[in-house]
Parts: sequence; C-alpha cells; structure tokens
Amino acid sequence: MTTPNTLRSGPDDRGHFGAFGGRYVAETLMPNILELDQAYEAAKRDAGFKAELDLWLRDYVGRPSPLYFAERMTEALGGAKIYFKRDELNHTGAHKINNCIGQIMLAKRMGKRRIIAETGAGQHGVATATVAARFGLQCIVYMGERDIERQQPNVFRMKLLGAEVRPVTSGSRTLKDAMNEALRDWVTNVDDTFYIIGSVAGPHPYPAMVRDFQAIIGEEVKEQMQEREGRLPDVLVAAIGGGSNAMGLFHPFLDDDAVRLLGVEAAGDGIETGRHAAALNAGTPGVLHGSKSFLLQDDDGQVIEPHSISAGLDYPGVGPEHAWLKDIGRLEVAAVTDAEALDAFERCSKLEGIIPALEPAHALAEVIKLAPTMARDRIVVMNLCGRGDKDIFTVARAKGVSL
Amino acid sequence: MTTRLDRRFAALKEEGRAGLVTFLTAGDPDPATAAAILEGLPAAGADVIELGMPFTDPMADGPAIQAASLRALDAGMTLTKTLDLVRTFRRGNDTTPVVLMGYFNPIFHYGTDRFLDDAKQAGVDGLIVVDLPPEEDDELCLPALAKGLAFIRLATPTTDDARLPAVLQNTSGFLYYVSITGITGAAAPVVDVVGEAVARIRRHTQLPVAVGFGIREPEQARAIARVADAAVVGSALVDLIAKHQGEGSQAVRNAVLGKVEALAAAVHKARG
Repeated sequence: MTTPNTLRSGPDDRGHFGAFGGRYVAETLMPNILELDQAYEAAKRDAGFKAELDLWLRDYVGRPSPLYFAERMTEALGGAKIYFKRDELNHTGAHKINNCIGQIMLAKRMGKRRIIAETGAGQHGVATATVAARFGLQCIVYMGERDIERQQPNVFRMKLLGAEVRPVTSGSRTLKDAMNEALRDWVTNVDDTFYIIGSVAGPHPYPAMVRDFQAIIGEEVKEQMQEREGRLPDVLVAAIGGGSNAMGLFHPFLDDDAVRLLGVEAAGDGIETGRHAAALNAGTPGVLHGSKSFLLQDDDGQVIEPHSISAGLDYPGVGPEHAWLKDIGRLEVAAVTDAEALDAFERCSKLEGIIPALEPAHALAEVIKLAPTMARDRIVVMNLCGRGDKDIFTVARAKGVSL
Repeated sequence: MTTRLDRRFAALKEEGRAGLVTFLTAGDPDPATAAAILEGLPAAGADVIELGMPFTDPMADGPAIQAASLRALDAGMTLTKTLDLVRTFRRGNDTTPVVLMGYFNPIFHYGTDRFLDDAKQAGVDGLIVVDLPPEEDDELCLPALAKGLAFIRLATPTTDDARLPAVLQNTSGFLYYVSITGITGAAAPVVDVVGEAVARIRRHTQLPVAVGFGIREPEQARAIARVADAAVVGSALVDLIAKHQGEGSQAVRNAVLGKVEALAAAVHKARG
C-alpha cells in the first residue's frame, strides 16, 4: 500500500476504496457493468458531455442552488453561523436529480431505451421519472410496498410523469428490497435497460459515478463560501442513508484537512433498541447489492431490516466510500433518533420558513446539538438536500394529527 | 487424488448418460424435513446435489427460491446448521457430490478461512457463489481451490467469447450454464439456443457443462440432457415444498422425491 497524497483519487480500477467497494454481482450483469464503466470513462473525457450536463443543470435543474445563511436558526442556537445548502430548491425538490440527469445522458449515449430505478422516499424515483419523461424513455420504478404507503404523494407524482411504479412485496418491503427487485429486472433485461442507481452504493462504477454527479453540491459550496465569508467552512453536516447527498457535499473538501466532515445516520428508536438504520455507527463489514461496506446484519450474516421514520434513510447498508472514509478517520459519524429529527423538522419550519425533508431534518438535529458548542465566528454548512412536502403525512401521523 | 465431482462426471461419461443436478434450500421448510429429503435424493436419482445456503437478500433468485430462503431462516436455519446438514448426509453417503450455492455475505461474515475448513470437513465438494464474479476471485475462489474445494462458476447468455476465458480460468468441478438472462424459476430455455451455447463453451473447456434456470418438467430436462452433461432443476422442486408444507414432513418428502424420480428417469434415458 502506498499512501495517497489525495483522498480524492479513489476508487482503484476494480472499484475498491481501501477494503470496501468492488463488484459483487451475478455473472449475467458483469458485461453490462464493464460496458457502463467504459462508457462512463469515455463520457468523463468528453468535453461535450460536460458542457451539455452543465446546461441541463443550469436550465432544467436550476443550479447553482443558493447557499443560505440561516440567521434565525443561528440566533436561536447561539453558537456557530449556520448555512444551508438549498438543494431542496432543485427541480423535483431534492438533490437526487443532479445524478439522474448525468446518468440518463449516459443511457442515451449508450443507446438504452428502458430506464429502471429503485426508490425509498420516492425522491429518486420522482427524479428518475422526471428525466425519463424529458428524454422520452420508458421508466419503471421499483418501490417497497411499505414505502408506497408512507409516500403516496411521490407515487402519484411518478405516475403523472408517465412512469410505472412496481410495488415490491418481498422481504421488508422497503428500499433494500426495491433494489433487489431492480437488480432482478436488470438481470432479465440486460440488452436494452439502463439501471439508474440513486445512491453512492451498488457495484463499481456506481459509487464513483453517482459521487461525481453529486459533487457539484460541494463544488458550489466551496465557491459560494469563498464569496460570502472568504474562507472554508469549519464543519460540513449531511444526512447519510446510502450517502449520496453527503458524498456530494463532502467529496470536494476531502483534502481540506481543516474542514470537519460530519455524517448523520438515522438512529430510529435509538441505536440501543436495535430499531435503527445506522450502518456506519452500529454495522459490521458485509456485502450487499454489489459492494462491500458496513451493513446491519445478524450473527449469521443475514441482513437486518432497518428502521427509520425517514424512508430515504431506511437502508441497511451505506456507500463504500463512506465506509472507507470512516475507517481512515476522515469522516465522523453521528446518529439522530426519529424524535430528534421530528423536532428539528418543526423548528426549521417555524424559524426559517422552510419545511425540510425528514432526511436533512436528521442533519439539522445534529447541527442543533453541535452549533451551541461552537464559537460565533465558526461556520457550519448543512446540506438541506430535500424539501418536506412529501413528509407531511408521516409527520402528521407521528403527531397524532389526521389530515 | 480425484474428487467426488470428478468421479461422478467420469462415471456418467462412461455410462454414456447425462446427470441430474437437484437444487434445494438447506433447512426448507424446516431442518428435519430438509434432512429427510436430502437423505433420499441419491436413491431417487440425483447425481449431484446443490444445497442453497439461505440468505435474506437473494438478488439473482426468483420468488420461489426467495420464499424458500425465508422459510428456512424462519425455521432457524443458519450457515452452521447447513454444514451440519451436509455432515449428517455424509454419514450415509460418501459418493454423491454436494455443492453449496448461495451469496457471499453469510460466508464472509462466518469468516472465509474458517468456512472453507468447516465445509471441507463436513464433506462439501464445491461452492457456487452467485455474487462473486472472476473480478473478485481473491475473496473466496482462490482460497477455496487451495483447500481442495471446487469453485463452480456460472456462465450466462451474456458471457461472450471474449469474456468466457475469464469465467473459465479458475472454474473447477463443472461449469454451470445459466440458460436464460434472468432469475431462477423464470422463463423456459429454448433448447436449440442452449445447444449452441453449450457447443460454444465446449470449444473453450473440457469441464462438464450443467444447464439450469427455467427447467421444470421431465420433458424439458430430457431435451436439455441431450445437449448438456447435466440438467439442473431447482424452483420446480422448491415449489413442491411450498405446496405440500402444510401436509407434514412425509408428504413433502414424497412429493419432492417423486418428482426427482420422474426427472431422473427422463434425464438418464435422454440419450438412450
């Protein structure tokens, strides 16, 4: 092993980030995975691809998203200055579309006609259905039956956009099972189908490719922070389920040693109860959905069904690059309970006039703990990666309100 | 030293007939019934036994085998108990090869070296691990070969001539040709297409070629047996367990072994 002078050069050509990552898939998929890898490498070298992507991001997604000084939240907490990266203002209401635009451009380049995706909260499903509609491609979204129940607005949005939403009834009927089912579809329809994975998970090259498409978040923050404060932030905070919004924010800062990177996982009812989705905090190394990473599993290596009030964080694994960054000590990881996230959800709504998604509400709950411990000249940037309209039914239920 | 797998395929070749490979999930529908079925398989005509290691997230399997995994796990099955099942089987049978089939995570969690030692000691002959392509050979394939266990790889319709050598490189025992692009228990294969694929594979290797995925009935098995060294039947047997599980252990055993007898008769006479 040589010591790299940058943390941004990974993965190696076999998709490994240290001991994590890789390509753990059925042989049927290997030719597709290798074809995708080559197509993505070629697209990266093509200046035309980057120029077209930039146009889509500006005119269709609405980038750059603002970096917003959350003044009332800052005053209420009485510590560090708090900024929100407003990725909830993107078209479709979350960061997910940054990646979907990139992948569907690649699908078009590769001549694929049929798009499949998995979704948990429905944000990735909506973003995929959106770009499929715009590019005129058939779209099938796999979604766990339980998630369909708790994310009805997003299910209807996907249908309005012309996508077919296929309920997944196997296993825990949530995101992990939707991903199993999407992989089964892909194994069956290898020739004409492009699988748009929504997180920095799955077999190589997905973790690196999704990271690259999401890194626009952190690149913009770096520039905007320079304009506003003339310096780098002290701490970056983001929620981690699979980890795409967090990796998008963190990756451009990996080599800036003075910037603390703080990921926030879903502690559900509390890590000590066993009902949580905190793979980095409480999982062990394992292999699921094509890569090696931290995983919630029992003594027999069976995957444990996760729990979180946030459908987007309700996943038993986590992206392999996060696992590696945690392993080498670059990434700090906290965990926040359902109750803490709900409290942050309400405080953000009332103090800032922004209803956040339950996923970034987890990040905000950690900011609420952290900011008061820091001096007033310190700066925290939190990724407000999605808006909360989709979650109002879940929050109402948690508060005992019937809509 | 030859292995049980080598000896079995050599014997089949000598007899001029194809083999029947049966797949069942270890511990399905419960450990005791699974042991009773396993014990009866050689007499019913199974030439090679594939035993599924239950896993919560079998991403290359269809609904039948997913459900079998969950039945076994609900009945308390573990990887340790799967190895116990093989150990018990070996007390009564030292000739029929047993191949464990499944996904990498339970093995990785058990500890790769410890698993290989325990599997070898229990009387396991080979491994099929669906989510370990040649790109990840360092994980399990090479250590397994070093300890004298066969590592059986899947080749699929998407495995073209350029990729086939990589797939074959560290494969031993036999090659498992997946007859369709899809999951287990899905569409039926087209025999002529399979025949061409097997012929293509034989230009690259001397290994026996077993063909599976989508073979359910004796007639299909017979047709496959004419073009391949063995036919693999899994979901059709697993479906019988699901259908008869409410009728008691004996009924499940009779249903499965009855089907195996019918399949074996068709396969063994395919070239007669």
